[in-house]
Amino acid sequence: MIRAAFLIPLFPLLGYAILAPLGRRIGNPLAGWIATLLVAASFVTTIVVFVSLAGRAPRNRSYTQNWWTWFSVDRLHVTAGILVDPLSLTMALFVTGVSTLIHLYSIGYMEHDGQFPKFFMYLNLFVASMLLLVLGGNFVMTFLGWEGVGVCSYFLIAFWFDRPSAASAGKKAMIFNRIGDAGFLLAMFLIFERTGSLQYQTVFARLGLIGEPSLVAIALLLFLGAVGKSAQLPLYPWLADAMEGPTPVSALIHAATMVTAGVYLMCRINPILYRAPDAAHVVAIVGGLTAFLGATIACAQNDIKKILAYSTISQLGFMFMAAGVGAYVAAIFLMLTHAFYKALLFLGAGSVIHAMNDEQDTKAMGGLRKVMPITAITFMIAWLSIGGFPLLSGFWSKGDVLTNVYGFSPALYVLGALTAVLTAYYLGRCYMLVFSGEARWVEARPSGDGRGHGRLDPRDPSWVMTLPLVVLGFCSVFGGLINLPFHPNFVFLERWLNPVVGRTLFNPHLGTGAQVLFAVVDAVLALAGIALAFTLWRTAVNRPEIEPTFLQRAWYIDFGYDRLIARTSTVMAGVMSTVVDNKIIDGAVNGVASVFRTSGGVVRRVQTGYVRNYALGIMAGAVLLLAYVLTRTVS
Amino acid sequence: MNPGFPFLTVLVLLPAGAALVAALIPGRLHGLIRAVGWAGSLATLGFAVATTVEFTSGQGAYQMVTVHPWIQSLGISWSLGVDGISLFLVLMTAVLFPIAIAGSGKQSTDKSFIAWMLLLEAGCVGSFLSIDVLLFFLFFELTLVPVYFLIAGWGHEKRGYAATKFFLYTLAASAFLLVGILALVAIHANQTGVTTFDVRALATTQLSGPAGILLFLAFTAAFAVKAPIFPFHTWSPDAYRESPAAGAVVLAGVMAKLGTYGIVRFDLELFPKAVVTLAPLLLTLGVIGIIYGGIVAAVQKDLKRLVAYSSLAHLGFIVVGAFALTGPALSGAVLQMVNHGIYTAALFLLIAMIYRRLGSFSTADLTGLQSKAPVLAGVFTLTMLASIGVPGLNGFVGEFLILSGTFLTHRWWAVVATGGVIVAAIYLLWAYQQVFHGTPTAREAAFTEMTLREGLYMAPLVIIIVLLGVFPGPVLNRISPSVDMLITHVEQVAHPKIPVNGQPIHLTAKPTGANQAETEGAK
Repeated sequence: MIRAAFLIPLFPLLGYAILAPLGRRIGNPLAGWIATLLVAASFVTTIVVFVSLAGRAPRNRSYTQNWWTWFSVDRLHVTAGILVDPLSLTMALFVTGVSTLIHLYSIGYMEHDGQFPKFFMYLNLFVASMLLLVLGGNFVMTFLGWEGVGVCSYFLIAFWFDRPSAASAGKKAMIFNRIGDAGFLLAMFLIFERTGSLQYQTVFARLGLIGEPSLVAIALLLFLGAVGKSAQLPLYPWLADAMEGPTPVSALIHAATMVTAGVYLMCRINPILYRAPDAAHVVAIVGGLTAFLGATIACAQNDIKKILAYSTISQLGFMFMAAGVGAYVAAIFLMLTHAFYKALLFLGAGSVIHAMNDEQDTKAMGGLRKVMPITAITFMIAWLSIGGFPLLSGFWSKGDVLTNVYGFSPALYVLGALTAVLTAYYLGRCYMLVFSGEARWVEARPSGDGRGHGRLDPRDPSWVMTLPLVVLGFCSVFGGLINLPFHPNFVFLERWLNPVVGRTLFNPHLGTGAQVLFAVVDAVLALAGIALAFTLWRTAVNRPEIEPTFLQRAWYIDFGYDRLIARTSTVMAGVMSTVVDNKIIDGAVNGVASVFRTSGGVVRRVQTGYVRNYALGIMAGAVLLLAYVLTRTVS
Repeated sequence: MNPGFPFLTVLVLLPAGAALVAALIPGRLHGLIRAVGWAGSLATLGFAVATTVEFTSGQGAYQMVTVHPWIQSLGISWSLGVDGISLFLVLMTAVLFPIAIAGSGKQSTDKSFIAWMLLLEAGCVGSFLSIDVLLFFLFFELTLVPVYFLIAGWGHEKRGYAATKFFLYTLAASAFLLVGILALVAIHANQTGVTTFDVRALATTQLSGPAGILLFLAFTAAFAVKAPIFPFHTWSPDAYRESPAAGAVVLAGVMAKLGTYGIVRFDLELFPKAVVTLAPLLLTLGVIGIIYGGIVAAVQKDLKRLVAYSSLAHLGFIVVGAFALTGPALSGAVLQMVNHGIYTAALFLLIAMIYRRLGSFSTADLTGLQSKAPVLAGVFTLTMLASIGVPGLNGFVGEFLILSGTFLTHRWWAVVATGGVIVAAIYLLWAYQQVFHGTPTAREAAFTEMTLREGLYMAPLVIIIVLLGVFPGPVLNRISPSVDMLITHVEQVAHPKIPVNGQPIHLTAKPTGANQAETEGAK
């Protein structure tokens, strides 16, 4: 049954192929159901393939399927095909699973949207691309998916293209991603130069042939790609703007799946990172700094989606920190659980935004717990889970990351621990502002946008939207079970991934006692953050002293980019166009032409026409040049 | 295979004959003129397809060669041949002409318009198929006249200026080519006593270093202007801008390739030593073109000028691929000539559709078109993504081959050129956002969706864009044997001491496996 693996990306691609020409005719809601069912079919196929792969002995759990030769010139041979192994299949499982839920949710969320079929068309194309990304058997196939998800992300961020901010945000995301993509491309060129292949298994088998400086360069260039795609320092600002897209898009693409592609790439190239520890350290440090920075910014945001966006940036930083210290299993573990609770947070936010008639400002909400109980409870579960409340999934996954980071560098651990406290705190603040306290919307916001509603009447949405919340809530609570510490029999995920990610750089080999100690510390950190949020925000709405402007403006980094890079380069390009091109280059050409014209004018007065003069001049010049060449050669 | 049938001669004479027929029909018979235009260009397409089918894959040398002595005393002959390098350029030309005619609306019932278009097609096909250098030159020059009249006769506001600038600029550059050809033939005649213009014979000419470089520069001057290569490009934004739709499609899609094809066919084959010596210079110009073209494109407010500068950037990639002298880079460059022809033609046709509806090329006048015409916007998006080099569409394969091949021999040029992929995303997305995103104003209220007719002539381009992106194999398999032969030739002439054991030795052909580790270590 493992041979069915090609169906995994094919099903959603089929959905795209159906909806692209026929979507508008199929209409609402059938188009959504077709898309959802095809992604669900892909999920089921993935499970089947998973079962048959798990049935093999651990060292045989790798299956290559070549479809056709994509392009081949000399030694540069690139196959269209996939690699099914525990790592790619783990990714495919959670991608298809979470996608199915978010597709289902979107049927309700996008119900009244005029472009309903188009939305699902893009969504299906996205899932197909994402699956090619994780299943791709060589760097170029992964790059195909990599660019595919980037393009879909562009389409979906700019989905409401009549809003200038959405259109700009889509473009910004694409351009930031392209910067990273240039790194990815260069890494591939270097890999091909050094190993003569781009196929993962061949490249990894030939790593011994590459010197360490080149390996570091390769790893860092690929990391540049990851930094763009996964919104890490310094290429993160696009993710906050990407919140202009419909909320299910934010949940699927900008929280659960696409942005984790960079982490996946780091795990995929673990043999390279293993041989290039300097590069791995850069990954860990950049991840740590991003985690901390993102968390600080999230503490002062008011827009509910912006809070979640910076939270995602921060959590992705955690994952890179784990990958950088060689704890790939921890990185994937956190990626999985994060997909559950962050998707849940976004979908919950979507329900709130829907109920509040597109209001996203948390300061204009409050008290929604009473009217939206399912949303409130699931949101709280997600908050506690991401915050690391004991025994919830985030507690285990974040603990796993922090323990491994400690083995690498206690300083980085402190940064991570601080971030953990902040995480529990800022989402607590978010929860309090939205769901508890006084309702600040009853009078403040009678929906006056001309849609004919009276006052706001927020309530839990229909079952297509609440069912995904409940399923994700369940996963957020129990997701940790796939990889529990304390006993070697419980680390299912680690044993499953072991054939791919192999040994880790900083395996702490902790005893049970030390593990318990770490767990206790983690619990204390989480509870501290939660308590802090509770005391500060249970009743208050504004606390300017802990919401400073520089945090609200995200450390002015985006602002700086705009001023320093965007504006200067616009001016430069303008100068190039008007001065260099029009005046200097074209001016030189016209200058030469006017010399001809003047001399031609003299002759014209004597006898001839305009064009004939040119011909004459050209022939004269030709003869002179010919004579020169001949004398030079003959002599 | 039927060796008796002169496919190539027919390919050249058919459109020329159709042009003559169109010229002889009375101008008021619009329907008949249109029919001649269609019949001529579609029949040529049919023969181009037949030629492609007849072409034997896996062979590098010229095929279906036809040689008829013409002016025997001067050694000039009607010599046509096709190899992997020219095959798909001919096919692309044959595909683009009927589409360009279809995309030019009412103009396609105009007698002289059709006659000039068909004559131009004959000139382009003839240039790609000639293996006699003088014959090539004649076809190469022949193309100028129809384009001049197409721009001057059916162009936009400043057509007179643009047409004259184009004509004089390229004619001046061609003079160098003519001198170069005559000098080369003279030198060859001096050495062998045989006066011939056959490129295969001329390739054996022994050239001293300076002579080779001078001749190389004379040839390259003509090609650099025609392509254009930075800094010889300033005629092109004007010419593209003022051309009618069909003119812009042909100028950027087909005629630009005459320049890059000339570089690959004649520069590389005739002056290998000079090519190796001057490769860094040309690579640098190519890379400057990529970055500079992209940056200047980013501030254009006119869609056609934007595509003109983006063409400069894309041709920069082709130039880089041609002078990197590796198999992947050169094959990529040849493939990219076809790719660029297809998506640039599609972009110009789409821009012409917008112009027909709203009468403007200016991004400042256009907004919100996506909500009015989602299909047109979708096709534009696909074309734009192909041009940006998104994998799965045709631009990527060519760019990837060029860059990875160039990286092997000229690393830092490849690194800077890779920066071009970022710039390309900036200017195209910005233009797209201004024109298609946003809310339509009263001006765009009447903007209509792509018609069935428009869809029909765009469909082949869209299909090619996707097919070449996903299955470029059959095309590459035909290109690369010829490219390998050419590179072997360049290396044998430029570095005669390298032993060749029947296998092409590439600058790229680093040994795999353990040997390579030693090379690495030695560095």
